[in-house]
Amino acid sequence: MNEIRTADSLGLSREDLPNSYIGRSVPRPNLPKLVQGRATYTDDVVLPRMLHAAFYRSPHAHARILSIDSAAAMLVPGVVRVFTGADIAKVCDPWVAVLAHLKGMKSAPQYALPLDRATWQGEALVAVVADSRAAAEDGVAALEVTFDPLPAQTDMATALAPGAVVIHPELGDNLAFQRTAVQGDVEAAFASAHKVVEARFVSARHTGVTLEPRSIIADFSRADDTLTVHLATQAPHMIQSVLATQLHLEEGRVRVICKDVGGSFGIKVHVYPDEVAVAAISRILGRPVKFIADRFESFGSDIHARDHVITGRIGVDAQGKILAFDIDDLTGIGPYSVYPRTSAVEGNQVVNLCGGPYDFANYRCSTTVVLQNKVPTCQYRAVGHPIATAVTEGLVDMAAHAIGMDPIEMRRRNMLRDDAYPYTSPAGMRFEGLSHHASLAKLLELVPVDRIRADQTAKRHKGVYRGLGFAAFIELTNPSPFMYGIGGARISAQDGATVRMDPDGSVVVASGVTEQGQGTETILAQIVAHGVGVAVNKVRVVTGDTQNTPYGGGTWACRGAGIGGEAALQSAIALKDQILHVAGTMLQASPATLDIMLGEVVDKTTGTPRISLAEIGRVVYFRGDTLPKDLPREFVQTRHYITKEYPFAFTNGIQACWVEVDTATGMVKVLEHWCVEDCGRVINPMLVDEQVRGGIVQGLGGALYEHCVYDEQGNLLTTTMADYLVPMAAEMPEIHVGHVETPTKESLLGAKGAGEAGTAGAPGALMNAINDALRPLGAVVTEQPFTPARILRALDAI
Amino acid sequence: MKWPAIGYARATSLDELWRLQAEHGAAAQLLAGGQTLLATLAFRLSDPKILLDITRIAALRGIAVQDGVLRIGALTRHAELGRDPLVAQHAPLLAEAAPLIAHPAIRNRGTIGGSLAYADPAAELPACVVALGATIVAVSPRGERRVPAEAFFTGLLQTALAPDEIIAAVEIPGTQPTTRSRIIEVARRSGDYAMAGLAARLSLNAEGRVTSPRLVFFGVGSGPVLAARAGAALDGWVLDSAAIAAAQAALAEDLDPPADMHGPPEMKRHLARVLTFRALSPLLRASEVAE
Ligand SMILES: Cc1cc2nc3c(=O)[nH]c(=O)nc-3n(C[C@H](O)[C@H](O)[C@H](O)COP(=O)(O)OP(=O)(O)OC[C@H]3O[C@@H](n4cnc5c(N)ncnc54)[C@H](O)[C@@H]3O)c2cc1C
Repeated sequence: MNEIRTADSLGLSREDLPNSYIGRSVPRPNLPKLVQGRATYTDDVVLPRMLHAAFYRSPHAHARILSIDSAAAMLVPGVVRVFTGADIAKVCDPWVAVLAHLKGMKSAPQYALPLDRATWQGEALVAVVADSRAAAEDGVAALEVTFDPLPAQTDMATALAPGAVVIHPELGDNLAFQRTAVQGDVEAAFASAHKVVEARFVSARHTGVTLEPRSIIADFSRADDTLTVHLATQAPHMIQSVLATQLHLEEGRVRVICKDVGGSFGIKVHVYPDEVAVAAISRILGRPVKFIADRFESFGSDIHARDHVITGRIGVDAQGKILAFDIDDLTGIGPYSVYPRTSAVEGNQVVNLCGGPYDFANYRCSTTVVLQNKVPTCQYRAVGHPIATAVTEGLVDMAAHAIGMDPIEMRRRNMLRDDAYPYTSPAGMRFEGLSHHASLAKLLELVPVDRIRADQTAKRHKGVYRGLGFAAFIELTNPSPFMYGIGGARISAQDGATVRMDPDGSVVVASGVTEQGQGTETILAQIVAHGVGVAVNKVRVVTGDTQNTPYGGGTWACRGAGIGGEAALQSAIALKDQILHVAGTMLQASPATLDIMLGEVVDKTTGTPRISLAEIGRVVYFRGDTLPKDLPREFVQTRHYITKEYPFAFTNGIQACWVEVDTATGMVKVLEHWCVEDCGRVINPMLVDEQVRGGIVQGLGGALYEHCVYDEQGNLLTTTMADYLVPMAAEMPEIHVGHVETPTKESLLGAKGAGEAGTAGAPGALMNAINDALRPLGAVVTEQPFTPARILRALDAI
Repeated sequence: MKWPAIGYARATSLDELWRLQAEHGAAAQLLAGGQTLLATLAFRLSDPKILLDITRIAALRGIAVQDGVLRIGALTRHAELGRDPLVAQHAPLLAEAAPLIAHPAIRNRGTIGGSLAYADPAAELPACVVALGATIVAVSPRGERRVPAEAFFTGLLQTALAPDEIIAAVEIPGTQPTTRSRIIEVARRSGDYAMAGLAARLSLNAEGRVTSPRLVFFGVGSGPVLAARAGAALDGWVLDSAAIAAAQAALAEDLDPPADMHGPPEMKRHLARVLTFRALSPLLRASEVAE
């Protein structure tokens, strides 16, 4: 383990090392605020002279806008003004979401509100601003918009066929991106294989359903020519840059504030045209304008994700050794690639991640990313991972079955050895250190496989079908500029933290990573308290303000703890050094003989208190005259951190799922679920476990219930929580979480990401469990969500 | 979405309600538990100008037994159905149905009158009252009218209520010691409207012979569907596996389910057969079960 003094590393209990917080389940300091309703979500912010926006959204999947008559809307009491695409375009440029390193990628210019054509049902076309949201909606209802409906391109399978509706004629076709990775000789490997298994997998369109919907207040002040934006976002600095560019403002004159955020899951890391329109409207009106998406419009305008159809082949030898994977991924992303991260990344991730846990030589994987008249898709929790994992693990299980090998043995024979690192995967991913075998061993300590198999056999005799499924996975975390920066996006892979000590000895940390409800502020407080040597309740955390935090990337791709956490640790250590330097001078002792413990400078060897931080603060801030003239006294320290050795810090893990399938109704009951994952150093076990559990629930929900359903005309049918089914507590199983810790050597903290592991593995484990249950009946399901209808069809019951 | 501006008035008696209804005419809509109505208003699906809150009208409340008939006031909340001792004794089917309806917060507000008046084809209570051979008591300024539950549900979200009528109560005939009832359903998640459900009531005499069976399906048609042929296949027969199989087979003629988001008509037919088996097989005699 990297060299941090933790109770664990010293073999002490935490009572023996009272100022140690790293590795402890410190309760979340911001929890009372959240549960007492004292949080500040964007909608809680009320500004003087504030207006409210509501949008007229396209009723058609694809239509030319013939006319917009706002006369009646302008007569609605409270309505202030109506904005069309042309009005907004006067102050706001369109954008094109491509990244240079995604070779050949194309997308069309997207305006905040389209000029003359609607390209998905739910697209914001006209904005009405009024004194209240209700009045703005009355105004929307009074708008008269006429359309010439156009044929919609909805089926991704026909997007590239001759005769397809080309959504943006200037692009020539509907192909947004294509990539094929090839390693080794795939055809020769298949030719020599003992068994080749092939299957087609479908991963359904999902959306994130954050508890707090997308929310923005844009406040342009003519007085000082600044745009202040309150926004529920994961990436304040990215949004600052985007808004400045699109609205022709200096970046320094745009400030993005993001206080409490009620969940994001990737939904809130993108540039949404309706939000940009709100900023443009404020720029025009010089008044604050608020827009809070309601649930109905969220379903039709929050990004969707995971709309993929994948065919895959695996070849194995007679001993079960994996010889090759050959995978073809097709995904539909809506009419535009989403700015600025692009909508090609999910497909690209499938190519990067398939086969990830295994040692094999021959790989071919391609992704084809096409446009369609549906809600745009983009990065959503565990981007591409659940797809790649389900495909890989589905194929591995099928191959194991084909050669009559136990699925655990199959994995044990093929997983990358724990001493194989550094290692470069056939897809070109570089792994610093993974622990597949240790994780599998730990999983098998938790899962009572023998008891489960015995129960399975006994139950089958009674007509009860239970199944056990496994899914090993890798997860990409701590991204370097290789993810977006090299493609030309102004998205920081670096993050910073400023830690300062105030006169009373309390500490404030300002960080570029953000709190979405997941506990980032808690771990920052823990790390800083540990690093400086103060009690955790003496640390205040500032996040989510581009004017008051170091520049950073925010929260995405599991980087908050690994990157933001390391910056916080380094700045805390720097502050501690500075404090000890001053203390050494005051005490006439060598700083090396001193330490800081719970806010007291102590003698390092004996622990004897020498002077409190409050006393040092008093002297430095109010009686600086008593200190030597040349004594440095900067009780503010800033450090930045960026990963340099590896493009990404990969993590790994394995999940198991135990289900019962009611073969008469097609209903699946998840009985129990297990996950062992390796996120490097665990900073707060409780938070990591709950991240894993929440991720698993999101993964199980996606595989069982969630589905953005469209009809053939491109009408979205699932626009309420009664139709888009999210997982609920009653259906969720007991989830057991275990850890293996392989810290990244790139940082002192050694933390990698943990937020997406659960989601990455759960659908694959569930699918394998269902198929294990159905195997005696000869049924297989590979199309998510695994609905009763699909299971009954697989059973030939309907 | 935000509601459009709407007026609100609370009636404390039927007379006051009639007066308010006369004043506002078609612009008025009754508000009971609000668990269906408020959601449709938020979606701006309907546009009433005023809501007339009936929840303080005493004449629409209360649960009582008179002359062997259980009378349940229209304002009875789903939660009350689930815990009322008279309901448990005289109409256990309703007590058994209550926990299947939505979630506790909704059951605390939703009313039986609202559920029957809204007539959702997948709702539990309309099917239950048809299975129980209940009578809907409708009132209007013109007086009271009794409609057999079977005739009350006339189509998708349609009932036999006249525009000025409201539901005052449901009357349920008494049970016999030989009466058996059961409600089961298949829903995607607990609390969801059912993909398919069955409310069944029948009498089973000492020899195990079935009389007056009523199998009422929900979630498989435009309203509660009384499966007459399946009932006929059971009526007068000893309940055994063959009888259940005959009832299952007869469903082919009884049901003509529409497709919905959960699946095709074949799935609903299949589920109806499964539910028939699952509802009836616990009533099989031990000798049958052992076979
Ligand atoms: C999330 C959710 C899940 C649900 N799940 C289920 C479920 O699984 N099963 C189920 O059965 N229901 C379900 N419901 C509906 C719930 O049971 C409602 O309470 C019920 O359908 C309507 O009752 P209410 O008292 O709330 O009526 P309201 O919403 O107040 O009114 C509904 C309609 O009936 C009219 N009305 C009300 N009372 C009378 C009366 N006495 N006479 C004439 N007209 C009247 C109103 O004018 C209105 O048109 C669910 C609701 C929600 C919000």
